[in-house]
Amino acid sequence: MGKIEWAMWANEQALASGLILLTGGIVGVAGQFRGWQFAAYGVAAGVFVCLLEYPRGKRSKGTSVARTGQYCFTVCVKAFGPLTRNYYVRAFLHAAICVPGGFMLATVLGCVCLGIASLIYLAAAIRGEHWEPILPRTETQRKPVPPSIKNPPSNPPPRPPPEMRRKRVDDLEGAAYDNPIPVTANEY
Amino acid sequence: MGNWIINHGLTSFILVVWMGINIFLFVWFYFFYDLGDQFFYTRHILGSALAWARAPAAVLNFNCLLILLPVCRNLLSLLRGSFVCCGRTMRKQLDKNLSFHKLVAYMIGLMTAVHMIAHLLNVEWYNNSRQGVYDKLSTALSNLEDSDNTTYLNPIRTTDIDPQQIPTYFVFTTIAGLTGVIITLCLILIITSSMEVIRRSYFEVFWYTHHLFVIFFAGLVFHGAGRIVRSQNMDTIPPHNFTFCKDRSDDWGRIPECPIPQFRGGFPQTWMWVIGPMVLYLCERLLRFIRYMQAVRYRKIVMRPSKVLELQLVKNGFTMEVGQYVFLNCPAISQLEWHPFTMTSAPEEDFFSVHIRSAGDWTNKLISIMEQLPEGAQGPKMGVDGPFGTASEDVFDYEVAMLVGAGIGVTPFASILKSIWYKFKESNPKLRTRKIYFYWLCRETHAFEWFADLLQVLEKEMDERGMGDFLTYNLYLTGWDQNLTNAVTVRFDEDTDVVTGLKQKTHYGRPIWDKEFEKVRKENPTSVVGTFLCGPEALAKVLEKKCAKYSDVDPRKTKFYFNKENF
Repeated sequence: MGKIEWAMWANEQALASGLILLTGGIVGVAGQFRGWQFAAYGVAAGVFVCLLEYPRGKRSKGTSVARTGQYCFTVCVKAFGPLTRNYYVRAFLHAAICVPGGFMLATVLGCVCLGIASLIYLAAAIRGEHWEPILPRTETQRKPVPPSIKNPPSNPPPRPPPEMRRKRVDDLEGAAYDNPIPVTANEY
Repeated sequence: MGNWIINHGLTSFILVVWMGINIFLFVWFYFFYDLGDQFFYTRHILGSALAWARAPAAVLNFNCLLILLPVCRNLLSLLRGSFVCCGRTMRKQLDKNLSFHKLVAYMIGLMTAVHMIAHLLNVEWYNNSRQGVYDKLSTALSNLEDSDNTTYLNPIRTTDIDPQQIPTYFVFTTIAGLTGVIITLCLILIITSSMEVIRRSYFEVFWYTHHLFVIFFAGLVFHGAGRIVRSQNMDTIPPHNFTFCKDRSDDWGRIPECPIPQFRGGFPQTWMWVIGPMVLYLCERLLRFIRYMQAVRYRKIVMRPSKVLELQLVKNGFTMEVGQYVFLNCPAISQLEWHPFTMTSAPEEDFFSVHIRSAGDWTNKLISIMEQLPEGAQGPKMGVDGPFGTASEDVFDYEVAMLVGAGIGVTPFASILKSIWYKFKESNPKLRTRKIYFYWLCRETHAFEWFADLLQVLEKEMDERGMGDFLTYNLYLTGWDQNLTNAVTVRFDEDTDVVTGLKQKTHYGRPIWDKEFEKVRKENPTSVVGTFLCGPEALAKVLEKKCAKYSDVDPRKTKFYFNKENF
C-alpha cells in the first residue's frame, strides 16, 4: 500500500463525520432532548467541520478531482495558511472538537466518526502529507510561445511528389474529399 | 423512445420492481406498528417514532439480503451460463451487478439514517417517561418491572444516574444499542472508503475496509436478540382491554377488568432474511479458495516491449469463453490481493494467456520477479480464480459487430479476434458474424506493440484467403506530435503504415462517430449490429447515444445494441 495518501480518506471520513454530527445535533435540538445545548454545539461544530473539509486537497501524485463549487471554500481555507496546511493541526483540532459530542447520545456517533477521522489525519501527518489547494490554472501559467511560430513560414508545406497530386479522373469516387473551404473549378 | 425501451427496458423494470418492494415493505410495516392494537401502550410513550423506526428496519432486512448477491461472481457466472436460452437481454442485466450493489448500498445508508434518528427519539422519550415527565399512564407503564409476575414495557430500567447520560448508558449496555453503534460505524467506514476517489486511486484501502462487512452482518444478526421492541400480550387471562383500562392505571391489578398488562419482546427476524445470502457468499469465498489452491503451470513467460508481460498458463479443467477475465493472486507479492486481467488467448487454444502492463505496485513487482527468472524456469506460485463472464461472449451472435477498444481496453478484443479467426477457419456454425468493424483508439502505441503484431498476423492470413473485407480495422492515434507528423507525411505513399506496419493506415485524432455509424448503417441496411466497448465511461456514453440515435425500431432496418465491459 505504498502510494496511499491517507489524507484523501481522512477528508472523506471527516466530511461524513461533520454531516453526522450536524444531523445528530439537529435531531437533539428539534426534539428538545436533555442536554440540547450539546446538540446545539453539535450543529455548530458539524457546520464548521463540513466547511473546513469540503475543499479537497491536491493530490501529490495523479489528478485531483475537485468537489463541485469548492473554489470559494478553497480560498477561505487557504487564507489560514499553516493552520490548515498542516495535518497535525487538523488531527488535534478534530480530536478536540469531537469531545463535547460524547456527552449526549444524539451526537455520540458524530463524535466517534470524527475521532476516527482525526486518527487517519494523524497517520497522514506522520507520513509527511500536507494540504495543497486545488486552484484553477490561470493564463500566466501557460508555457511561453516558442519564438519560431511568430514568423510566417519560410518553406512551403511538405507536399507529395507531383505524380501523386495529379487528378485521378479514373477513380472519381476515391479522389473525392471534403474541402474545408469552397474551391473553384480548375481553369487550366 | 422505442430505442430507449430496447436498450434500457429490462433494467428499468427490475429497478421499478425493487423500489416497489421497498415501498411496500416500508408502508406495510409502518402501519403494522402504527395501527396494531398490541402496540397501543408502546405508542403511548413513543408516538409514531416507533413505526418510523420499524419500517426502515424491514427495508434494511430486505436490502441486506440483496447486497451480498451481486458480488457472488461465481454464482453469477453459473446463472449466466444457464441463461443461454433466454436471450441476451437477460444476460446483460447480470453485467450491471456492481451498479445494483451500489444502489442497494445507498438504500441501506439512507434507511440506516432514518432508523437511527427514529431510535434517537425513541430512547429520549423512553428516558423522559421513566423520569416521570409525561402523564400518569406513561409513568405507570414505565414503572412496570421486569420480575416474576410482571413484564416490562420500557427497556430503560435505570433511574439513578445523571438523566442526561442515561440514553448513552442504555445504548452501550444493551445488545441492540451496542451492536447498532458498532455496525453503523462499520457502515460509515465502508461508505467513506468506497467513494469513487478512494476506490479508483487507493484500491487496497477500499478492499480491506470493505471487509468490515463481516462485522456488519455479525452485529446485524444479533441486533434484535435483546427483544426490546415490546408489544402487549393480548392473550392474557383475564384479558386487559386497553380502551377501558388506559385511564385507570391506579387500579391495575386491583379490579378484575384490568389485570396488570403483560408485555413481550418481538422475535428477532433479521437472521431469517440474511442467512441464505450469507451461506451463498460463504460458498462463493470457499470456491474462490479452492480454485486458488489448484495447481497452475507456466507454459511460457514473455517480456513484450514497453514493460508488458505475457504469461501463458495451464490449469487442469480450465475452460474459458472469449473476452472473459480471471483474477490472479501471487502470494510472493501479496497474500490478500487479487487483481483482474482479461485473457488474451482464444478458447480454441490449449492454454490461457494474459498480458500484464506495468501499472502499479503489484504489476511492477510481478514484472521485476519475472525479469529475474532464469530461462525456462517456472514462475512464482500463482492462484487463478475464474474465468468470469463479460458481455464479449455475445459477440458471435451478431451478424455485424462493431468492436471499440480504447487504450488498455483493447485486450479482450485480442481474445475475440483470435477466436473469430479460429472459428472461421474451422467453419464453426456458432459463428454468425459476417463482418467486423474494429476500432482501436489509443494515445500512443507503446505497450500495445503485441496487439499490432496480432493484427499483422490476421491481416496476412485474411489476405491469403481473399477475405480482405471480413475484418475492417481502424486505428486512431489520439496523441501525436510534430515528429510523428513529419515521418508520416514523408512516407505516406508506402503500402504499410509507418507506426504499426499494417496495411490499414492509422488515423490521427478521435473518430467521428456519426460518420462511422452512418457508414456501418449504409453497408448493412438490414442487420442487427452489436457494438462492444471496452474503454472509458465518457466514450461509453457517447457510443450509447449513437447506438440509440442510429437504431431503427423497424425490425427490417439496422439496429444497434450497445454492450459495455467494465471491471
